[in-house]
Amino acid sequence: MRAADTSAQRRPGWAAWLLLTPLLVWLLAFVVAPAAILVAYSFAERDELGRVGFGFSLENYGRIADATYVAVFARSVGYAAITTAICAVLGYPVAWCLARASENWRHRLLLLVMIPFWTSFLIRTYAWITILKSEGLLNGLLLWLHAIATPLELLYTPTAVIVGLVYAYLPFMILPIYGSAEKLDPALIEAAHDLGCGPWRTFAQIVVPLTLPGFYAGVLMVFVPAIGMFAITDLMGGARVPMIGNVIQDQFVGQARDKPFGAALAVVFMLLFVAVYWLLQRRAAEREPA
Amino acid sequence: MRVCDLAVCGGGVTGSCRNMSLSSPSVFRTVLRSWTAAVLVFLYLPILVLVAYSFNASRLNIRWVGFTWKWYGELWSHAPLMEAAKNSVIIAAITTVLSVVLGTLGAWLLHRHRFRGAAAIRVLVGVPIMMPEIIMGVSLLVLFSALAVPLGFTTVIIAHVTFCFPFVLLAVRARLAGLDPALEEAALDLGATPLRAFWLVIVPALRPGIVAGALLAFTLSLDEVIVTYFTASPGSATLPLRIFGMAKVGLNPMLNALSAIFVVATIAIVIFSERLKRFSR
Repeated sequence: MRAADTSAQRRPGWAAWLLLTPLLVWLLAFVVAPAAILVAYSFAERDELGRVGFGFSLENYGRIADATYVAVFARSVGYAAITTAICAVLGYPVAWCLARASENWRHRLLLLVMIPFWTSFLIRTYAWITILKSEGLLNGLLLWLHAIATPLELLYTPTAVIVGLVYAYLPFMILPIYGSAEKLDPALIEAAHDLGCGPWRTFAQIVVPLTLPGFYAGVLMVFVPAIGMFAITDLMGGARVPMIGNVIQDQFVGQARDKPFGAALAVVFMLLFVAVYWLLQRRAAEREPA
Repeated sequence: MRVCDLAVCGGGVTGSCRNMSLSSPSVFRTVLRSWTAAVLVFLYLPILVLVAYSFNASRLNIRWVGFTWKWYGELWSHAPLMEAAKNSVIIAAITTVLSVVLGTLGAWLLHRHRFRGAAAIRVLVGVPIMMPEIIMGVSLLVLFSALAVPLGFTTVIIAHVTFCFPFVLLAVRARLAGLDPALEEAALDLGATPLRAFWLVIVPALRPGIVAGALLAFTLSLDEVIVTYFTASPGSATLPLRIFGMAKVGLNPMLNALSAIFVVATIAIVIFSERLKRFSR
């Protein structure tokens, strides 16, 4: 490549290709190849010793159609959907409040949302364990106040799982909605007010529809990860409410140890992810002004 | 936290009508602010309680017995946790260096060059950011087991770099978008080789993006549980993995102490990187 070439974007010379190689190799080796092997595994069979023999069988996928696993998938999607809905309801007003705050306050509030966003979800989940455990703080408080005679079983319940998921993912819903709300033209809000639209209606009929792209981004950051989350469901739900993430994990490192079956479950989950992604992209594209 | 001080939330048009009907802008504003305050309390109360009880002399009892540093001392002398903390820092440091190199070079080359397949590479870079962590974890695990690579530090670092470097790349790319192309042209016109121009002109101009990306990579690596869970061996277990194991067993004030340290470190990193963003504008 000649140094004199100053067009904004040029064709890569040999030096550029050389420098691009590590990136290309990394992406191929650790993103493309693992996904391909995972798909191959999902069609493989397992012999009596648990070794993976390569072949082509749809048996693993057939097993997923079993009522047990369909129920697990449905439960995971259900929990994730409830989590997403609660996060959206809790988060939308917060995002809007942030977007409308004065510059100084916006920075402070944004920082307050970003700190939990960056704090490890494991630590934030542990905080809830110390509160909800039978010998935990909430039970201690209630016993001390003589409100209850024996500790309540608060942890290891479906509610605890939802609380844990909402607590972990709420900042991931607020921030993208805020990103969308911040860009909203204030003139639109003023126009709505001038035309006699009250603040509630303005929020419901102008703000929410116009910030849906942010909400879709939030769904991608909350709904999809929540489906596959196994650490929070493990800690907050015990083994009682297994999610798809717990089942997959069990096939690879747990007692079940059936990698081909785990791979098939993972592939189905991946397809689910792609479907949600594609759907949201399409809806977001529809919203784009023509 | 005094959210009621929060200015605006309603906009400039609201001044005229101050009647207290439910639909008045001031009621709406009050509801919005109270809601925000309540959500922030929900987000912070458990963390504050967690940190506060790391100083309680009694073993996780609701009653406050007295202030103590005991749990921090116990943590310091807890060999497995200290070992895991060392592993975490080593892994995060190496991950950060590799991610910064891959991400910065990648962002620059993709920004500067036009070639067939560049769009595909951009999509591929986005995949580790978007992909659910469990899929990434198990797919790397099957790769390593198919190649008979034993799990250990190397596999964890490979996994971490894979999901960290795209974040560096995006942070650097955001910075590149605002970069004046004349900078490099001037360097080239003055006789610098493209590599020298990159090193002496572009890299310094990109520094805020690179530092922000590095902080991101370090934090992500330090906090990650799921992908690490599938790619680590017992000997290379990171701190979050140990915390996961201990939290499953039950309550331990030592974990409160450790969490408090994590929370303080996170707050410091977030504030530092926000400052960086504001000053570099």
